Amino acid sequence: MSISFASALGIHDKALSFRAQRAEVLANNMANADTPNFKARDLDFAAVLAEQSSKAQGGQFQLNRNNSRHIEADGFPVGDSSLLYRTPAAPSLDQNTVDLQLEQASYAENSVQFQASFTLLNSKFKGLIGAIRGE
Amino acid sequence: MSLASVFNIAGTGMSAQSTRLNTISSNIANAETVSSSVDKTYRARHPVFATMFQNAQQGSDSLFADQDQSGSGVQVLGVIEDQSSLTPRYEPNHPAADANGYVYYPNVNVVEEMADMISASRAFQTNVEMMNTAKQMMQRVLTLGQ
Repeated sequence: MSISFASALGIHDKALSFRAQRAEVLANNMANADTPNFKARDLDFAAVLAEQSSKAQGGQFQLNRNNSRHIEADGFPVGDSSLLYRTPAAPSLDQNTVDLQLEQASYAENSVQFQASFTLLNSKFKGLIGAIRGE
Repeated sequence: MSLASVFNIAGTGMSAQSTRLNTISSNIANAETVSSSVDKTYRARHPVFATMFQNAQQGSDSLFADQDQSGSGVQVLGVIEDQSSLTPRYEPNHPAADANGYVYYPNVNVVEEMADMISASRAFQTNVEMMNTAKQMMQRVLTLGQ
């Protein structure tokens, strides 16, 4: 059995980078809490997961090959389908859809989930180190 | 790395909020600055916030430019002067009174400015906390494999 980092770490490294990305989106929402016409956004975990697993199967828009001499091309995603707009709970006078309390709660939740992903990833590395040392 | 850009975003947020605090303090300080003519009287100033995007070179007039990205902070586009009417008061004994005995007071609403100040202060605090949380997350990543 060959050890590759991709199979050893599984989904956890991608989960960690997703949490970092989501932190960026939520931070941008909170920084723009007083910007007129700003629309709050969020990343959808399920959509990102589906995108990643479809990428693993060859991409969303793969070229069809019906001849052996056709060149194989990697699939490419169209835009970022996972970056969605938040549905505002209450309308505001300046068309801003940021609910600061909601964003803070999401940011804190995302931070805890980041730590959870980190702990899982760390335990994977600890397992690998243990296997290398033969402990 | 996207966690590092949280620092940039929080930085732009803090900078924008401190600009807002600056204009508010200027407004409150000049709330009673009288003048003898409409043109010379101080008018309330307000900053205009706008979202910053990474590919700003594409032009901000496109409606669909910002669909795929979440933005990278907030910027102050400019400071506008409030164009609402000033308050003339009949004070003939005032040294700045005009020929008809009127002095002009600025259109600063002190109560409104105080509420705006609390809002700016809270928004600044939120940005600081955001930065702190991102710092903790990054420090956590540095201990990977230990």
